[in-house]
Amino acid sequence: MTLDFSTLLPYTDVILEGLVTTLWLTVVTTVVGIALAVVVAYFRDSASDTARDGRPSLVGRLLGGYVEVIRNTPFIVQLFFLFFGLPALGISISAPVAALLAMILNLGAYTAEILRAGIDSTLKGQHEAARALGLSRLQSFRHVVLVPAFSRVYPSLISQCIIVMLGSAVVSQISVFDLTYAANFIQSRNFRGFEVYLVATAIYLLLAVGLRLLFEFVGRRLFAYRQGGSA
Amino acid sequence: MTDFTLWDIVRNLMLAGRWTVVLSLIAFTGGAIVGLVLTLARMGGLKPIRWLIRLYVDLFQGTPLLMQLFLAYFGAAVLGFDVSAWTAASVALTLFTSAFLCDIWRGCVEAVPSGQWQASRVLGLNYLQSMRHVILPQALRLAVPPTVGFSVQVIKGTALASVIGFVELTKAGTMLNNAAFAPFTIFALVALGYFILCYPLSRYARHLEKKLYGAGIR
Repeated sequence: MTLDFSTLLPYTDVILEGLVTTLWLTVVTTVVGIALAVVVAYFRDSASDTARDGRPSLVGRLLGGYVEVIRNTPFIVQLFFLFFGLPALGISISAPVAALLAMILNLGAYTAEILRAGIDSTLKGQHEAARALGLSRLQSFRHVVLVPAFSRVYPSLISQCIIVMLGSAVVSQISVFDLTYAANFIQSRNFRGFEVYLVATAIYLLLAVGLRLLFEFVGRRLFAYRQGGSA
Repeated sequence: MTDFTLWDIVRNLMLAGRWTVVLSLIAFTGGAIVGLVLTLARMGGLKPIRWLIRLYVDLFQGTPLLMQLFLAYFGAAVLGFDVSAWTAASVALTLFTSAFLCDIWRGCVEAVPSGQWQASRVLGLNYLQSMRHVILPQALRLAVPPTVGFSVQVIKGTALASVIGFVELTKAGTMLNNAAFAPFTIFALVALGYFILCYPLSRYARHLEKKLYGAGIR
């Protein structure tokens, strides 16, 4: 049997529509997910003002539970739970909203854990010095703890965002019209499964490479001033 | 329509959970064997071999596991033989695992200081002897925590086999939900099942990591 990609040509717009969905899901998830991770990391940081006696507050520990639950269950189950499970409680959400929510919660948990590693490696003395210089706890967290932590864990952060982008293929399973859904749709019309999935896989690969380059470009801008000095 | 008691749901999920465990073991064992061969070939091999293995790793790390499963399932059909969901899932997950383990283990071998290499070569050991007696024992200690940590990703990865019709924990959950329609309970229980499998491994990996750092290595 030979490969025949010409049967895909009439479906270019279907692939494009799917690609656009995958892209906006990824962009929104990256922005909101990282913001969520910062909040979670702040509450879990034992040096922040929410901590009592060097232990994270109740909120911090609850958020710790959230991080562990997300990290130890598959994304597809989280997605099914949100999409099928929440309506049973009377909270009805559309498929794209469920997909976005699941992706944000997922990236938020993993990134919070990545950030925590960066935060833990901040020397305690730096935090104390910032406080002695008159910075508030929040200012100190932002300037002395958070930004250096980000620059330290930035490579892991890039990888995690790419993993979530690739993982978004699963949202096709709740009928969100993403790249994978487009591939499934075309496959059901022209029965050229292998060719369709090969093309979709290649597009994902290009997206992963592109996302990495973009992140590296942004990273050079954001953290440029640290590269010469001792970060 | 028959009524499902909570016990019916739990019992059926546990029965299907066996296949999650079996598929995870197949993927992890197969992936470890292929990954080890790739790691060794990558370290000693010629440039084109190293380049090819790097491409292999990048391809698997840069594409969705779901697509890899679809390709294994539909690709085999193109090649002319009909594969079961079992075969497709086992092959795809084994290759996926091998690529990630190869990457993790390469990092561990590279983390052994180069002075160790030089010292063992100066002492008259050849490449294989240095590898076996000096480098690998040290790399192995570094490799255990991230390898245990990655096994969690393998278990979670098996959930995607449900999409190509492999009946494991997640697929059993969707099937039960179609019959019993209790999505909140069922998917919470499915998630609990994965958590019970994964959480101890996550904790163990973290414990091993702490022990390693505590021992003053790296």
